[in-house]
Amino acid sequence: MSKRNTILYLDGVSVSFDGFRAINNLSLVLDKGEMRAIIGPNGAGKTTMMDIVTGKTRPDAGEVYFDGEIDLTKHDEAEIAMMGIGRKFQKPTVFESHTIEENLMLALKGPRSIFPALFHRRSAAEVRQIDDILGITRLGDKRDELAANLSHGQKQWLEIGMLLAQDPKLLLVDEPVAGMTDAETEETARLLKDIARDHSVIVVEHDMHFVRELGVKVTCLHEGSVLSEGSLDFVSADERVVEVYLGR
Amino acid sequence: MITGRFFAAGADRRIAITIFILLAVAFIVPLLNLAVSPTSAFYVPSYVVALTGKYLCYALLALALDLVWGYCGILSLGHGAFFALGGYAMGMYLMRQIGSRGVYGNPLLPDFMVFLNYRELPWFWYGFDHFWFAAIMVLAVPGLLAFIFGWFAFRSRVTGVYLSIITQAMTYALLLAFFRNDMGFGGNNGLTDFKDILGFNVQADATRSALFAASAVTLALAVFVTWAIVGSKYGKLLMAVRDAESRTRFLGWRAENVKLFAFTVSAVMAGIAGALYVPQVGIINPGEFEPSNSIEVVVWAAVGGRGTIVGPIIGALVVNAGKSWFTGVLPEFWLFALGGLFVAVTLFLPKGIVGMWDSWRGNAKALRAASIAEETGIDPDVPAPPKIVRSAARTPGDWSASSPEPQPAE
Ligand SMILES: Nc1ncnc2c1ncn2[C@@H]1O[C@H](COP(=O)(O)OP(=O)(O)OP(=O)(O)O)[C@@H](O)[C@H]1O
Ligand SMILES: [Mg+2]
Repeated sequence: MSKRNTILYLDGVSVSFDGFRAINNLSLVLDKGEMRAIIGPNGAGKTTMMDIVTGKTRPDAGEVYFDGEIDLTKHDEAEIAMMGIGRKFQKPTVFESHTIEENLMLALKGPRSIFPALFHRRSAAEVRQIDDILGITRLGDKRDELAANLSHGQKQWLEIGMLLAQDPKLLLVDEPVAGMTDAETEETARLLKDIARDHSVIVVEHDMHFVRELGVKVTCLHEGSVLSEGSLDFVSADERVVEVYLGR
Repeated sequence: MITGRFFAAGADRRIAITIFILLAVAFIVPLLNLAVSPTSAFYVPSYVVALTGKYLCYALLALALDLVWGYCGILSLGHGAFFALGGYAMGMYLMRQIGSRGVYGNPLLPDFMVFLNYRELPWFWYGFDHFWFAAIMVLAVPGLLAFIFGWFAFRSRVTGVYLSIITQAMTYALLLAFFRNDMGFGGNNGLTDFKDILGFNVQADATRSALFAASAVTLALAVFVTWAIVGSKYGKLLMAVRDAESRTRFLGWRAENVKLFAFTVSAVMAGIAGALYVPQVGIINPGEFEPSNSIEVVVWAAVGGRGTIVGPIIGALVVNAGKSWFTGVLPEFWLFALGGLFVAVTLFLPKGIVGMWDSWRGNAKALRAASIAEETGIDPDVPAPPKIVRSAARTPGDWSASSPEPQPAE
């Protein structure tokens, strides 16, 4: 397989935790500009896959390339984030003791060293960017609220907003609609489709309705490797997938 | 921007008031000591000046700890070491000011060196006859130690209780080192019998008042600097690292550098506190490295209210005033009282005196902050994702069988 024109390229990746193979010879390729949905039962290794891509977990074997040429296994979290990979955690993780605006301010693309942060002044451009994101994520009226006071769904949105502020090339979004109402779920699908227009995106989700809504290629993981890949209809008709989900 | 915020209402006004009080005290207390007749009701006795001057140094130390513990969650149990190192740097200057007035009358070597048969001054005592050199060392030695220590500790991602333990080990190691006579710092007697500082007699009332004023002004300055740091974008980042370190990493921030900066600044502040302390108490010995000293600092900050700037100062003053009284009445029970106080504060005043005050005042913001602390403290996973419910009926199949494990904080 050629790495050219891929935004993410995983080949033969394995990782074990105390002898347990969480990721097992996983290969996965994402084209530039593509959005991909990843499904799979609990413990399939979806989150671990994101940990590997973002530098949190080092693979025991295999290749992990970003943008066709950058070997991600040689970099740490902060470097990978600065190269343009953003991540939303499975459990929404925002800075609870800060306001929504401060959360976004810390996420905004820009220099990441200490001294500029010490003498930083909020610029008009930054305020405009934050306004935009607040509008997109429907948090406009919550600007000065503490993030801790948001509902679970709103925290998910704030975290997506922080991803937008970061303006990465590739977004890894782990279970974005957990804890959302049906209406919010549809809204999120619309938002992600919007984002996917000029970003590459990987979405992990259990909610099939939501995945159908996204209308993109689906990869089903099971026991750390790819079980099936294709359109949602193809994957959900795949006997092995049905078997995995219906239980052994 | 900074000045605007400085005169703003609320928490920032409290900072302004604190600074104002400290500056006023720096002026008034020396005045009442020096210019008022000892028979007057307004006279402040010299021993009170010396005692409160000492407390102000402790307050500065507590504030330094608050910057890392309150705002970045680094529970340092070794801040006493930075304090003591700053103190030793000042002590070395004061020793060399004694000159030939020592018991042995050696113009170059301090008494303890003559006693221990030193032939010549150890190289690391060079330069300490100059105040400017000692002043630089007061900042540089604790700062450098904190930088090197933090560099390794934060880079290898030592956090939580492990970090606390190694900070404690650091101060203990220094304690043992400074106890040794061949270290060249006076062994277990430490450095004492100081004569003058910048040409003024350290025992004189006027000098003591000046040292008191210097302590108060320095503390005021430290309050301002801490407030400015905490209010900056970097300060927000500091708290973000405290609350969700891995989040900051995935946003591209180097959490280890964020911590390292605060830790180093804090150590320098602690060193300054030690340097102001030594001429006021007239001695520095390895006892200052005692691990229990560092733990006491934690108690001060906790009692006053960590993460509040003003709280640790109040805590240091109140606890030390209590200690002076208590050790007068029931000296052998002080440590029990201190331990009991810490337990009581942790249980009943989790946000310290200042936090309690805020709640009483019905300060909306403080209340909100308190309720967050409660929420996050008790159950971070309250809203269990109901993803299973909705996906249950849909293809492919039913994966609601296994309930989703709450992920550990990533
Ligand atoms: N740091 C770790 N140490 C030990 N085991 C781990 C670690 N991280 C993940 N695992 C294990 O690896 C397996 C895959 O976990 P992972 O979180 O990637 O699953 P997932 O597909 O995201 O599941 P879910 O749908 O529940 O989120 C699980 O069995 C998990 O217990
Ligand atoms: Mg997961």
